[in-house]
Amino acid sequence: MMNYFPDEVLEHVFDFITCHKDRNSVSLVCKSWHRIERYSRRRVFIGNCYSISPERLIARFPGVKSLTLKGKPHFADFNLVPYDWGGFVYPWIKVLAETGIGLEELRLKRMVVSDESLELISKTFVNFQSLVLVSCDGFSADGLAAIAANCRFLRELDLQENEVDDHRGHWLSCFPESCTSLVSLNFACLKGEVNLGALERLVSRSPNLKSLRLNRSVPLDTLQKLLMRAPQLVDLGIGSYVHDPSSEASNKLKHAIQRCKSIMSLSGFLEVAPRCMSAIYPICGNLTTLNLSYAPGIHGNKLTKLIQHCRKLQRLWILDCIGDKGLGVVASTCKELQELRVFPSDPFGAGNDAVTEEGLVLVSAGCPKLNSLLYFCQQMTNAALITVAKNCPNFIRFRLCILDPVRPDPVTNQPLDEGFGAIVQSCKRLKRLSLSGLLTDQVFLYIGMYAEQLEMLSIAFAADSDKGMLYVLNGCKKLRKLEIRDCPFGNAALLEDVGKYETMRSLWMSSCEVTLGGCKTVAEMMPSLNVEIINESDQTEFNLDDGQKVDKMYLYRTLVGHRKDAPESVWILGDLTRSEHHEPSLNDMIQDMKLKNVSGDDDFIIWESNNFKLQGNFSVYGYNPFIFFFHPVVGLGVVASSCKELQELRVFPSAVFGAGNDVVTEEGLIRR
Amino acid sequence: MAFEKDFNLDVTELRLGLPGTSEESEKQASTTLRISNKRAMPDMNEDSSVAADKKCDQETAPPTKAQVVGWPPIRSYRKNSLQTKKTEAETCGMYVKVSMDGAPYLRKIDLKMYKGYPELLKALEEMFKFKVGKYSEREGYNGSEFVPTYEDKDGDLMLVGDVPWEMFINSCKRLRIMKGSEARGLGCVV
Repeated sequence: MMNYFPDEVLEHVFDFITCHKDRNSVSLVCKSWHRIERYSRRRVFIGNCYSISPERLIARFPGVKSLTLKGKPHFADFNLVPYDWGGFVYPWIKVLAETGIGLEELRLKRMVVSDESLELISKTFVNFQSLVLVSCDGFSADGLAAIAANCRFLRELDLQENEVDDHRGHWLSCFPESCTSLVSLNFACLKGEVNLGALERLVSRSPNLKSLRLNRSVPLDTLQKLLMRAPQLVDLGIGSYVHDPSSEASNKLKHAIQRCKSIMSLSGFLEVAPRCMSAIYPICGNLTTLNLSYAPGIHGNKLTKLIQHCRKLQRLWILDCIGDKGLGVVASTCKELQELRVFPSDPFGAGNDAVTEEGLVLVSAGCPKLNSLLYFCQQMTNAALITVAKNCPNFIRFRLCILDPVRPDPVTNQPLDEGFGAIVQSCKRLKRLSLSGLLTDQVFLYIGMYAEQLEMLSIAFAADSDKGMLYVLNGCKKLRKLEIRDCPFGNAALLEDVGKYETMRSLWMSSCEVTLGGCKTVAEMMPSLNVEIINESDQTEFNLDDGQKVDKMYLYRTLVGHRKDAPESVWILGDLTRSEHHEPSLNDMIQDMKLKNVSGDDDFIIWESNNFKLQGNFSVYGYNPFIFFFHPVVGLGVVASSCKELQELRVFPSAVFGAGNDVVTEEGLIRR
Repeated sequence: MAFEKDFNLDVTELRLGLPGTSEESEKQASTTLRISNKRAMPDMNEDSSVAADKKCDQETAPPTKAQVVGWPPIRSYRKNSLQTKKTEAETCGMYVKVSMDGAPYLRKIDLKMYKGYPELLKALEEMFKFKVGKYSEREGYNGSEFVPTYEDKDGDLMLVGDVPWEMFINSCKRLRIMKGSEARGLGCVV
């Protein structure tokens, strides 16, 4: 029936479908829907930047305006991936720029973003409005300056937890006077000083500014001035919050804060004097989001008193210095709480105030709407997890991290299988799960049986055998991302159902029992996967023995084959240029040597074959020029590295000179 | 797995300290945190040999909690900013208020600027234009109507000079220079 409508009508209908999963479904209905959908698609989400190429993106969605890209695997957050692994955004920007795409929005996570990329964005895309960078690196304040200076209609500049090389504050001054369109500005992760006057003027001329997150260098009196100029703020991140409660500055601040009646989200307090928290109380009643996870200075009574004012909280990010008692206060105050994240304030010590299973149980009892949890704690018990599962059956995300990774239930000394089993059985909508503590294969049996909606699973220091991994791969039909470290899973588990990996975004396995041979088998059987072996960054030699256990393996489905930008420490299996040794191919060597035609000389080695005939002269370091018994590949490698002036090369079979046992076939030489 | 078992032994081992800590992890925490950002378990595997050796090392010499790369799973950005805050707490000044009986306003000094009691007392003398008496453990300050005192963590008024310097600066919340008849009640000759 729908085919009788003109395309414009269908397009208009499709405009109402914004979720990319729904749009993907729409495009599968029939050819004409596919066509209409692809021309009308504005927002594209690419969860793995190596699964597709920018060219193919544009070919399918020529009207794309907003692009979200994710690069490095999740475990890169924890230093398990070499810094130069990849995830470069520049090639994407270059292609988008060259094909005249009118990019307006770019959201990147765990990607390498160079200043060059930022400059290219700022100078190419006239209507560029929104840049969101999360956990990225590779850029400096210069790149930010280019964005500020050139993006005339910039609405959003949101920098979250990025490692920025250079922290000079000049970039803020680069926003021209004509820039009045800012809606969101977040530079909390920058460590340097900013031009405070420029910041004040910028905020003054941005009437639409709703979200402002400052860095540490912004002092209190500037904060007060900014708040006076922007009482319409909805989201505020405070930089420095140190003042004497009895001072004039403090009074002015209180007055400014009280004018901001729309603030619903509060974060920062990167530098804080806890006695001053009372100035914030007037706005606490409206807060739905509170992030104090970067404010270790607020703890004890000050913290709980603050929370007692926040009755409407839906999202709370906090440090574990809140303690179990503090979580009790959360439980009795924040009845609307949906998301709780408790981070460790001291990852390696055992803070006396750190949280245990008691705090979690209290929150689960008091906050029935809780659906998302990240909880770093000292210990956990099965009984507690079972109680939590009963109290909160709505978990979508449940991530538990017991600081000692293989700690059993301290009361019963049992593994935590039953506790996590209760969670997966009770929480039928669970999409993301992270496990920790002492765990056997049993917990994976439960996960495979009950976690039907599970999309992402993180496992560390768990299980007894391959069975664990098999339960998960066989049971979790919707699994998209599986990341495993330090578990006894080997080839039997890896190879049981390699087709499964094509239904997933990626699989990470590090410090497990899989061998090089096993990984090679996966690569051979599944050409639609890239199977990457990542070596320690200070090792350049790959051990070639198939029986060798692999340190880190990362495999992911892709439509565009092996990536070309992998560093030395990454070996993509099946990659011919890197098959046995690190020797370059003959072509590579020839390129290196810059061959051209030159007339002959006396000292030469010549080899003639069906496919190529090259003539030239050279002397080989360490070898007699009349070499009839050298390994051509090694020899050529030596040539390449020592004869930089070589202009021509002739390689003849040693048989020509009537001696030599080493004969190299042409096929072998071409492969190399 | 071999080292998993070793982890369990750690957990059940009898030792002093809170559950979940180990002495080595506390000592090494600050150094290994920085090291582990760059390489895996450097203390155990110095040479750059192949993955095989590394795996063997993992199994035979299991890492302590503090040395496990990427554990606990916290983003580097967050870890680094916690680390910065810790170092800053250690290096920033220890400012305390100083009041003198009868003076119109208080002053503030940074206890970290001084190496010991003599320097502190000298600075106070210069600031408030007075002189303290001679200190003795038995008699307190003898020879002046001014006596330096301080309020400690518990809120008690204590005589300056009784405890070791390090202990003093960690427990001193504010200073008070007492004068006249009130001062005679403290540390005077009995």
